[in-house]
Amino acid sequence: MKTSKKISVLVATAAVAIALVGCSAGAPGSSGEAGNKQLYIALISKGFQHQFWQAVKTGAEARAAKLGVKVTFEGPAAETEVDAQLQMFQAAIDKKPDAIGYAALDPKACIPLMDAAKAANIPVVEFDAGCDSKVPLSISKTDSLGAGALAAVNMAKIIGDSGEIGIVGHSQINSTGVERRDGFVNEIKKNHPNIKIVDIQYGDGDHLKSADIAKAMIAAHPNLKGLYGTNEGSAVGIVDGVTELGLKPGKVAIVGFDSGQSQIDAINSGVMAGAITQNPIGIGEQTVQAAYDAIKGKTPAKIIDTGFFWYDKANMADPKIAAVLYK
Amino acid sequence: MNPNTATKPVKAITAEGVVTGRPVVSFLRAKIQQSLAFATLVVLLVFFSFANSAFFTFSNITGILLSTAVIGILALGTTFVIITGGIDLSIGTGMTLTAVMTAVFIVNFHAPLVVGVIGGILVGALIGFINGFNIAVLKLPPFIATLGMMLIAQGLALVISGVRPIYFSGVPNATGFNQIALGTLFPGIPNAVVILFALAIVAYIILSKTLLGRYTFAIGSNEEATRLSGVDTRKWKIIVYTVAGLFTGVAGTVIASRLGSAQPQLGAGYELQAIAAVIIGGTSLLGGRGSIMGTLIGALIMSVLINGLRIMSIQTEWQNVVVGAVILVAVFTDSLRQRRAAFRG
Repeated sequence: MKTSKKISVLVATAAVAIALVGCSAGAPGSSGEAGNKQLYIALISKGFQHQFWQAVKTGAEARAAKLGVKVTFEGPAAETEVDAQLQMFQAAIDKKPDAIGYAALDPKACIPLMDAAKAANIPVVEFDAGCDSKVPLSISKTDSLGAGALAAVNMAKIIGDSGEIGIVGHSQINSTGVERRDGFVNEIKKNHPNIKIVDIQYGDGDHLKSADIAKAMIAAHPNLKGLYGTNEGSAVGIVDGVTELGLKPGKVAIVGFDSGQSQIDAINSGVMAGAITQNPIGIGEQTVQAAYDAIKGKTPAKIIDTGFFWYDKANMADPKIAAVLYK
Repeated sequence: MNPNTATKPVKAITAEGVVTGRPVVSFLRAKIQQSLAFATLVVLLVFFSFANSAFFTFSNITGILLSTAVIGILALGTTFVIITGGIDLSIGTGMTLTAVMTAVFIVNFHAPLVVGVIGGILVGALIGFINGFNIAVLKLPPFIATLGMMLIAQGLALVISGVRPIYFSGVPNATGFNQIALGTLFPGIPNAVVILFALAIVAYIILSKTLLGRYTFAIGSNEEATRLSGVDTRKWKIIVYTVAGLFTGVAGTVIASRLGSAQPQLGAGYELQAIAAVIIGGTSLLGGRGSIMGTLIGALIMSVLINGLRIMSIQTEWQNVVVGAVILVAVFTDSLRQRRAAFRG
């Protein structure tokens, strides 16, 4: 009796606490100052903790400073928190900014809020991942299918166009995870018949989990010639796993995605063959530029491809590549 | 609550802990639960060995042990908390904060390696102490107190690191830092595994041979009776949470050493895996019953299961389903046995 009462009190208190946390997370940032003529663009990202998003933020702030506009950049703590992101979107609409930049965690859940933004006469531009709505004027993003295919082409080149390979993915749900995988898999199936993808598993971009997955794959497939990690955490995890097994660098060819200190170090030391980098700073810049153009009555391009590149030891110092890498 | 003590008044607190009138029965029961978990572990090992020849190799087994280290160390500390009838949700992100602080001490403040590591572990102890204070003195429910701390630790780890990983590579005074987890004092066995087992022995001694261990069980069995018999339960609860914090700090060192960096976005969700390991090992969420041996076996069951499913190339989605089902079955058989015992008693 006593225990069950205790538990119900506990659960009720927990519910209240969680509700409070949820509310407070929904209303960060200060509202735009009235009377100030400076233009304000609210950016809602898919996250802020990964280096990739920090680089997008850097690009956005740089372009904002150049144009003399104010930007805020926020995103949920994890890329699974679709509802938290919608609350941020709603709060942004309520603040009545001059424009909104949005990266959709879920392509459907955002549709009603897109209509709300339209009703409030706030122009919306998108970045990284789109919403299934006609409201947004433009999207600045990487062609993830193309980027995955480029990773596959380079993997094939490194392993001599034959043998067994595995993939450590970061998500089987969100669009970048799916497209980077599918672009890779389709390219291998179509143009590299002697390469066999023996396993695809997902480590949520968690370094530790991805390292353990890579080790299990290598144990299960002793002839494995290559591993592809679809984001920074997955790729660094593979590097850690291979290093822990004490394999000779290059015995298992590692192809990664995005940059960061660990991947750059691994490429320099020869443990990792190379990786695909996007242009997150460019995504940030183009998003703010498109929003600015929309406010000024110009129509931004519907799709702004900010590009992706293969980089390895040979071309890492190339100024064009060095500019899009981040540590 | 332990059925024995829930239905009967506590008779006395002796050197053997709370005497419930039937110590032999409860001792046997704990042994049975442990051997159930142990049998499960053996069955899993045998099954996967036959299912895939790549499973039972030296390299894969040490891989499994290494992947048990972080969750296992967290689980050891949490065992104390759960035996008192409490819970600690802050161990996952608390671990991350201690890793970040270790990195800040060594990389940013150029502290000697030993000082940085001890500093990080003490940050863990401080987190635990604050948890204990909030629970024992301010009377916050453990679930809420540690939920709040979980968020605070996560936020601070991000703020302090500037939302960036802090790398130990190339930092002169961090030379050898990765040896803490990945060096091999014993040939072929990563030090993280040695640390896990050494800490398990320490935890076992504390729990079964010291006053702290005795009061941990007593508080979980019947806190009010323990207090009325003259024990300062507030003090001992604070100590228990501080001990859990110390383990969190060591886990923070081990994960940072293994990754060669402090990753401020990791850690959320690790607390649930650690709690699951404790529960699979037969420690009761209602307090009063549990063992270190059980927790170690519980943590091994989790990592053997996940590794085995990965080796067999089972889809990630199904891996989650299987692990979830194992947790349910483990807790269900445990509660079934308890109900039967209560019925008999």
